[in-house]
Amino acid sequence: MYTFSNRLKIGSIILMAVGLLGIVGGFVMAPSTVEEAKAMVAAHDDEGYAEDVSHAAGTHDEGHDASHDEHLLHQLQNKPWAALYIAAFFFMMISLGVLAFYAIQRAAQAGWSPLLFRVMEGITAYLVPGGIVVFVILLLSTLHMNHLFIWMDAEVVAHDEIIQAKSGYLNPTFFLIRAVFFLTGWIAYREYSRKLSLRQDESSDDSNFKMNFRISAGFLVFYLITESIMSWDWIMSVDPHWFSTLFGWYIFASMFVSGITVIAMVTIYLKSKGYLQDVNDSHIHDLAKFMFGISIFWTYLWFSQYMLIWYSNIPEEVTYYVTRINDYKLPFFGMVVMNFLFPLLLLMNSDFKRVNWFVVMAGVVILAGHYLDIFVAIMPATVGDQWYIGIPEISSVLFFAGFFIFWVFRALTKAPLQPKRNPFIEESKHFHY
Amino acid sequence: MASKVIHAFYDDDDVLMLAVKKVKAAKFRIEEVYCPFPVHGLDKAMGLAPTRLAVTSFLYGCVGLAVATVMMNYIMIEDWPQDIGGKPSFSYIENMPAFVPIMFELTIFFAAHLMVITFYLRSRLWPFKKAENPDVRTTDDHFLMEIEIQGNEQDLKDLLANTGAVEINILEKNSH
Repeated sequence: MYTFSNRLKIGSIILMAVGLLGIVGGFVMAPSTVEEAKAMVAAHDDEGYAEDVSHAAGTHDEGHDASHDEHLLHQLQNKPWAALYIAAFFFMMISLGVLAFYAIQRAAQAGWSPLLFRVMEGITAYLVPGGIVVFVILLLSTLHMNHLFIWMDAEVVAHDEIIQAKSGYLNPTFFLIRAVFFLTGWIAYREYSRKLSLRQDESSDDSNFKMNFRISAGFLVFYLITESIMSWDWIMSVDPHWFSTLFGWYIFASMFVSGITVIAMVTIYLKSKGYLQDVNDSHIHDLAKFMFGISIFWTYLWFSQYMLIWYSNIPEEVTYYVTRINDYKLPFFGMVVMNFLFPLLLLMNSDFKRVNWFVVMAGVVILAGHYLDIFVAIMPATVGDQWYIGIPEISSVLFFAGFFIFWVFRALTKAPLQPKRNPFIEESKHFHY
Repeated sequence: MASKVIHAFYDDDDVLMLAVKKVKAAKFRIEEVYCPFPVHGLDKAMGLAPTRLAVTSFLYGCVGLAVATVMMNYIMIEDWPQDIGGKPSFSYIENMPAFVPIMFELTIFFAAHLMVITFYLRSRLWPFKKAENPDVRTTDDHFLMEIEIQGNEQDLKDLLANTGAVEINILEKNSH
């Protein structure tokens, strides 16, 4: 049995407290009037941007200028919300990615991974509170507490024929029903599979194991469909004028590689504390191979999406990348370096994949890279060129990181870390690559 | 120069593995082991150095990437920078997404083919090469361990008989 070390518990609570303070600070600092917003931008970089604004004011008429200021206010008000949403989604996505990996291991009847099932189950425990937090943020959006999704604003829709044409799909009621449907399905599988997994330890036959195999295969079908729709709803719809067909896969790759990275990091941590005696270098090697392979898969999808749109250069599609390259050059291309070049060169060598600190270092960079990935997906549509990785963003990450650590490691204490009667457990113990 | 070698035959890979370990423990040098299929862990038991084929492949891949980059940069940017459908051919980086498929494929092409050729050269394989098979049974269901005899013939014979060899032959061999 694992006991939650006091240092880790206190550490996670401190992270949550500091994060919460910063999140509240971010909301307090957000401007509430147009004047405040203008003053903030002017003070932020008084040379460059102020000139731009005065220049813009000189050339445009009064009405347009006022709408520009209104736009600026909305962007600055969105900043703490977007920061909160990105961090909440990022950590939920990690546990959802782990859940997909777990279901694949069960459906594929993998012989190496049963030793890690309890670690994966511990991480997916976060899906329940994490999913609910994301849902609450979405609910607050539909209640007009923020302007994250402009298609929820009736006034915007009234003047926008493109969004009107999509309102059969993009309307708040249906949006919330879909969100409830996805989360219920994912959480139901997670809870039921965990129950069967624990029951298998006590039973005298393999019926629970077989049942788990069946529901995992079924879940993968459900997951593939819901994950794709979820990515349109929760991420792509912040840009309701834009669409991309491989977006669901792209978000999947991002969550899958982050999930596998977190499995590797938690496993290495637990092993270093002496809890996973039977986990050997070969298990870490396999996880690192998955990190390496899926990082490249993510890049393949990132590039396919980017190159197709860049090449054809159709105006209604290409604005998505124009705003990103103009306003987010460093995070946009930086994440490709972090998510592709870095793991490619670091994890290519077979020996390096067995060195624990190497895997952890690569994992930290991959996780930061995929945070940026979600950041670059959400921020341009919600705050535009007013982005900055400051107090609201860092605090949100700290808060959810603390929450994630607290919840995951608390869940790990609830069952023995090694399954007892899994039919593949002996093979997994002697796994050797 | 002619030398005497001993050929020990085995009909099971587990027995072979144990035999290899015993022979190594007795400090005899194993010249060669002939198997009909790869025996997992045999290279480790024999103490063979790990292959560096993967390193050569990585370097060949780098060469392929360089070839693709230099070629596309010369043709498309330096030599004749035409406007083809509005693609920006002012600098390599501006038009790079269009070149990535070629860069990728040439990297794989060089890495794969040059590595295979390296493998053929290092393991001396080519068409019309005379087969070096000491006994036809080793391609079907027998394993053969070859050890050079250096004056202690009887010791070695006894040791090999103890390891479960099904047949032991001593023969003259012309070194190449």
